[in-house]
Amino acid sequence: MRLKAALFSVVLMAVLHSTNAAAALDAQTIAKLGAEDAGAKVEAINALVASGDEAALGLLQAVQAGQASVTPAGRVVIVKDDQVLDAATMAPIIPPPEQFEDLVINNRLRSTLDAAVGALKLLSPDRATRLASAQAIESTSQAAVLPLIEKALAKETDPAIKNSLEQTRASLNLKSADPAVRLAAVQTLGETNQARFKTVLQALLEKEPDEKVRAAAQGSIEAIQSRLVLSDYIGRLFTGLSLGSILLLVALGLAITYGLLGVINMAHGEMLMIGAYATYVTQQLFKSYAAAWFDWYLVAAIPVAFVVSGLVGVALERSVIRWLYGRPLETLLATWGISLFLIQLVRQIFGAQNVEVANPSWMSGGIALPNLVLPYNRIVIIGFSMFVLLLMWVILNRTRLGLFVRGVTQNRTMASCVGVPTTRIDLLAFGLGSGIAGLAGVALSQIGNVGPDMGQGYIIDSFMVVVSGGVGQLAGTVYAALGLGVLSKFLEPHIGAVLTKILVLVLIIAFIQKRPQGLFALKGRAVEA
Amino acid sequence: MKPEDFSVRYVPVVEPFFTRNGWIALSAFALVTLVLLPGLYVFVPEGNALHVSAYTVTLGGKIMCYAIVAMAMNLIWGYTGILSLGHGVFFALGGYAFGMYLMRQIGREGQYQSDLPDFMVFLDWKKFPWYWTNSDSFLWCAALVILVPALLALVFGFFAFRSRIKGVYFSIITQAMTFAFMLLFFRNDTGFGGNNGFTDFKRVLGFPITAPATRAAIFGITALALIGTIFLARYLIRSKVGRVLTAIRDSESRLMFSGYNPLGYKLFIWTLSAILCGIAGALYVPQVGIINPSEMSPANSIEIAVWVAVGGRGTLIGPLLGAGVVNGAKSFFTQAFPEYWLFFLGLLFILVTLFLPKGIVGAVGLAKWRST
Repeated sequence: MRLKAALFSVVLMAVLHSTNAAAALDAQTIAKLGAEDAGAKVEAINALVASGDEAALGLLQAVQAGQASVTPAGRVVIVKDDQVLDAATMAPIIPPPEQFEDLVINNRLRSTLDAAVGALKLLSPDRATRLASAQAIESTSQAAVLPLIEKALAKETDPAIKNSLEQTRASLNLKSADPAVRLAAVQTLGETNQARFKTVLQALLEKEPDEKVRAAAQGSIEAIQSRLVLSDYIGRLFTGLSLGSILLLVALGLAITYGLLGVINMAHGEMLMIGAYATYVTQQLFKSYAAAWFDWYLVAAIPVAFVVSGLVGVALERSVIRWLYGRPLETLLATWGISLFLIQLVRQIFGAQNVEVANPSWMSGGIALPNLVLPYNRIVIIGFSMFVLLLMWVILNRTRLGLFVRGVTQNRTMASCVGVPTTRIDLLAFGLGSGIAGLAGVALSQIGNVGPDMGQGYIIDSFMVVVSGGVGQLAGTVYAALGLGVLSKFLEPHIGAVLTKILVLVLIIAFIQKRPQGLFALKGRAVEA
Repeated sequence: MKPEDFSVRYVPVVEPFFTRNGWIALSAFALVTLVLLPGLYVFVPEGNALHVSAYTVTLGGKIMCYAIVAMAMNLIWGYTGILSLGHGVFFALGGYAFGMYLMRQIGREGQYQSDLPDFMVFLDWKKFPWYWTNSDSFLWCAALVILVPALLALVFGFFAFRSRIKGVYFSIITQAMTFAFMLLFFRNDTGFGGNNGFTDFKRVLGFPITAPATRAAIFGITALALIGTIFLARYLIRSKVGRVLTAIRDSESRLMFSGYNPLGYKLFIWTLSAILCGIAGALYVPQVGIINPSEMSPANSIEIAVWVAVGGRGTLIGPLLGAGVVNGAKSFFTQAFPEYWLFFLGLLFILVTLFLPKGIVGAVGLAKWRST
């Protein structure tokens, strides 16, 4: 029995020992770690990293945490939980040594340690840890991690991590003494699209002795540059489209009321604001009564905002605007008065501060492209504006109401003569235009501030869209909105936002010299009475 | 058939320059603003029941500046039918032009004791930008007060009127112009003090700017400018040009068919209107003591239109009355019920356009005050 037990324990010891043997670190390296000289310590750390041993990670983390000590004999120990462990094996030392003092860690050592610990995590089984580690060492300049990277690359399967590691390896290999290695590194870097590699390569170009490598570096710099320019253009095009789609949402409603009634509704921005506040109220209601469905409050807010803004619009048409037909300048002033009134009203109800409207979780985040991120909320808004555009198109071209609206827009008297109820159409069209402004408000609540005077900021730009697009046809509004949006975003990086606004205004004025009726004028209509 | 005889021309009845009551009212106004108010302010000691406070004088001067602007707006909107939502820009440009001179008059008494205005020192500018050249000369700045708004109006108006932008289109474009200028002047590197604008003036023409005598003098000059504007407007309206202008308002197409090109007339009245605004702005700045880009906000420009609408556009006294009533109400509301001012202003816009299309003057039926 005893024998059996003894045998078992021996076998067990053997097994344990074999796993421990993998974990046990080179004693000589460990001893160096305990040396007085900081240089020796750095060498030791680098050697540990190069070994790529998992046990090295534990040791270095312990050193990092300040648990390492040195006995007078130069033995490195780890003091943890009242136990003194051997640094090489992590086995408790019994009996513990009587004397030891803290291992001195200076700043240089600390940064080496940090890099080392980060690099060693490359071997972690957890993908997220490996990715984080790969990204953390991307900007390292410590050639010591190279062997480790090689080791990690050998068994890495995740493409993102692999890619990151290859780039890091290449940027470290630039310093290699072997021109062939440098050449390969330069070529690898040429396939990336990061501005920092461009500067690295440019620095290399200045001191590189090898002709071939220099030519490759030059080529790589150009390749990176062209890819950077491309991604910059994509980014600008995207923000331009995003701005354009917002302008489109705001201008669509405006274009209807202007085309139909010949009045410019200065309170249009406030319809938008009401739509945004309707979204806010919906959000609050969901928070209180349907928290489980909170992520979908935005979908519910769309009809709510449309109806609320539309009803306010109908009420305004009935009470004020109807009485001012044929007097467009007075309508302008009266609707301005309405807008002041509505702003103050909302301020009284909800307070002058901006209210908080949250993105639903499915709208946060974005599509990561090299060097830029396309946020989901902007993508959703671009899609949403296309949806509203389609809706408008269907209403105007496929319904009886739309037929009447187009008829009245083209010739009010004639339409009236053939039995179109023009006053009713005016009312409905105004409600529709306001409702669409409410939808724009829903969209804006997701990317901008929601406050009482939020409408004022968009109104002038969307007027510019209507002015340059012409009225009576959706196409004009669409082209003008997207065109102005993209144009602004392409001008902005060069001359700044304010000068862009001024330049766009100048361009619009110059443009209507040529086409006074905007891009798409209705033909054959009496231009003026 | 005998051709119709066109040799008999319709000659409109020539109205007197002012009616008798008009002359009396104008003289009374001149007496009050040129003699009575400044006199009571400067010579009657404080505490006396007859003393007029500096607040009243400043408020009065401010409202008179606004009245000049309203008159300018009336010329372009009331008589010519072109609604500008950009008059705030011309007003502010005049203010800034004169403000440059006032800034230079501070000399080295600013916080940083530098030749440069404080905001330039603050932004670490070493010398004046080119457009500040000669800004220490009163005459040059006075010229700028007229030239800058005139030039802007001329260029802007030429392109707008040439392509026959009119009606709400024109209004919207002028509003966009205002907005763009406001953004431009809000920037620090535009060289006009960013959002703080110009302030802390010390002297004008060497006189201390807050001294009662200086205040009274500027007040008097403003009154004279207002009276001059009234005479000019009246003269214009009675002239042949004035008739063409009202014709543009009433039927531009018919005027064109009669062989007139409205471009020159529109451009003339538009530029003149801008110049008047510039002068009003220049008189406004030393009295109020500050000019900043918020004067260019679209809301301010559109408020000018409501003064004219409230008073009665296309009448001589209406805009003056409107500027006085609305600004008086504003002073009262913003002190007594600040949160209700916007309600009041909004309702004013709505109710006046709905129920008082001819403004107070039309409502009261002071027909004899109305010209053409």
